[in-house]
Amino acid sequence: MDHILENLSILAAAPVLNVGLLIDGVLIGSIFALAAYGLALVWGVMNVKNLAQGDFIMLGGYLTWFLGRHHVDPLLGVPAAFVLLWGIGWVVYRLVVSKVITRDLFTSLLATFGVAIVIQQSLNLAFGPDTQSAHSGLPTLQLAGGLVTVSVTRLLGFGLAIVLAVAVIVFMKNSRMGQAIRATAQDSRAARVLGIDTEKVYSFTFCLNAAICGAAGALVALVWNVQPFLGTTYSIRLFVIVTAAGFGNLPAVIAAGFGMGVFEQFGGFLLGAEFQQALIVILLLSVLAVRQWQYMRVRQAVQ
Amino acid sequence: MNLVTRQTLPYVLILVAGVFAPFLFRDYSNEIAVLWLMIVFASTWDILGGQMGYNSLGNIFFFGAGMYICAIVQIGLYYDVGMYTSGARTTHIVFTTAQYFTGFALGTVVAGIGAAVLAFVAGWILFGLRGPYFAIGTLGLAIAAAELTASWEWVGAASGISMPVFPYGPEPQKLFFYFLLFALAFALLVFLRWLYSTNFGLALNAIRDDEEKAEAMGLHTRRYKRTAWAISAVFLGIAGAIFGNMTGFIEPRDIAFPTTTFNIFMVIMVLLGGKGTLWGPVIGAVVFHTIKEVTWTYFLGWQFIALGLLIVVTIVYFQQGIVGWLMEKYPKAFASGAKREPEPALGVGLAPHAEGAE
Repeated sequence: MDHILENLSILAAAPVLNVGLLIDGVLIGSIFALAAYGLALVWGVMNVKNLAQGDFIMLGGYLTWFLGRHHVDPLLGVPAAFVLLWGIGWVVYRLVVSKVITRDLFTSLLATFGVAIVIQQSLNLAFGPDTQSAHSGLPTLQLAGGLVTVSVTRLLGFGLAIVLAVAVIVFMKNSRMGQAIRATAQDSRAARVLGIDTEKVYSFTFCLNAAICGAAGALVALVWNVQPFLGTTYSIRLFVIVTAAGFGNLPAVIAAGFGMGVFEQFGGFLLGAEFQQALIVILLLSVLAVRQWQYMRVRQAVQ
Repeated sequence: MNLVTRQTLPYVLILVAGVFAPFLFRDYSNEIAVLWLMIVFASTWDILGGQMGYNSLGNIFFFGAGMYICAIVQIGLYYDVGMYTSGARTTHIVFTTAQYFTGFALGTVVAGIGAAVLAFVAGWILFGLRGPYFAIGTLGLAIAAAELTASWEWVGAASGISMPVFPYGPEPQKLFFYFLLFALAFALLVFLRWLYSTNFGLALNAIRDDEEKAEAMGLHTRRYKRTAWAISAVFLGIAGAIFGNMTGFIEPRDIAFPTTTFNIFMVIMVLLGGKGTLWGPVIGAVVFHTIKEVTWTYFLGWQFIALGLLIVVTIVYFQQGIVGWLMEKYPKAFASGAKREPEPALGVGLAPHAEGAE
């Protein structure tokens, strides 16, 4: 308890530190927002809650780290991870997700949890349980007399995340496929009646989601680190973001992603890094509790 | 065979097998003891997952909680827990025989009660959630427990607690804990046989089949759900207390709250055996545990990948489970003994978007 108060007083004494945490939070939050958007997409379109989301991120991250280790510019990892994860997403969709799409939600949840375990353990077997990070070799900017440090990599990651998000949103709004995806999300039966090949839409959506996660993972490896078992934490984070925002509400999902990033930076600073995972899970439980409370109020109104 | 023999025969067989197994297969008594633990896991998971239709991914929470509660009681009765668990401790601590057994007995009872209380509290928060939200919420509960325990200095944080040593040496220790776990599993099966035949069991099935209608018929569904979870928590808490003392060392992430091993084994065993039946979880546990013990060491690090694949294959392609499959294949054999119709495969009649949509 003491060190929390101590850290609080540090923050109060040096307001500029807050700025640093805030910037870091927003930069990292952009990655969360990106991956959360993918989760919301799959959730909304095919009503599958993908628990392997975080592990897709880790796969993308490991690809980038692997490229970096073999003297390829890790920035190339972003498109490479996008392509690779598109393929992996397709395989997972064909073998697992397409079979459980019409079954109840726990089935798809558990099936993707199985996929998550396979990915984690394969990464663990291939690269070992150590934490890895790709270094882009870019400098760190010192602002406000060294109190605020902003790494250029993080800025770049932020920029890439924005570019990717805009590209996806434009795609969803304007392209024929994007329209078909949105139509399927609204009413899959009506979409089928109107001649949309929903099977193709499902497959495309899942691949797109995996690819977005892969790119987000590449950014994670650049600005942070990857570890085989961190995937679950990411899945839970994304789940918190989407549950808090509601999966149909895109701006809210993105805002919640940024909020998550900032919350984590401050939480990590106040409590210490070892509480990071516990913090996220407790946030999950509180979001669920609040949702439920809202639900109960709706029910009482109906009575 | 008349009805009574049909119903008591499995229990007699289990009793005989359970009593003689550790003497026949002396080298494997630990593995068989864990098999009884697995049966407890699967059967308690099925109370919610199979009979009530609430798929929990966090039942391991009660197992770990029971383990830690028991350890704290056992140690706290005679020593200061913080001192006992501190890494800098230099004094050698010995528990006398009387101290050991008093502490263990009391600890087990408190673990059972404590786990039930925790289930009531957790159920108060979590049982408004339906479907996948409940599954994720319970998973969150288990992970939170593991992480918080791992940073709680007073109970030894991530480095865990070395439990008091069993006073009579390793061989009697094996047998002692074997018979405790066996007795627990046997008591659980007898209890569930009775429970599922009462109105309470029917209420659980009603909640599974249609919760809204059950509520409209005047069932206090929340009260039933919480009680059902507390029942599984009591058995899991006691199992945790016994298992903690059996292994002699407890630690939060891999022994007390192992979310990716024991926790997921529960689900996979029930699905493999057939959910919503009394014997399905037992058969699933026996099949799963036997396969696991026989093949585990030959996988050379690939075993967890195989586990993930097993989950995927079972859930995607073989969801009715062994008992469900037998019921489909030989409906006559189940007609007189079982009152219920064969379980429909999970999710039939549930179109996508039918539940959980906000």
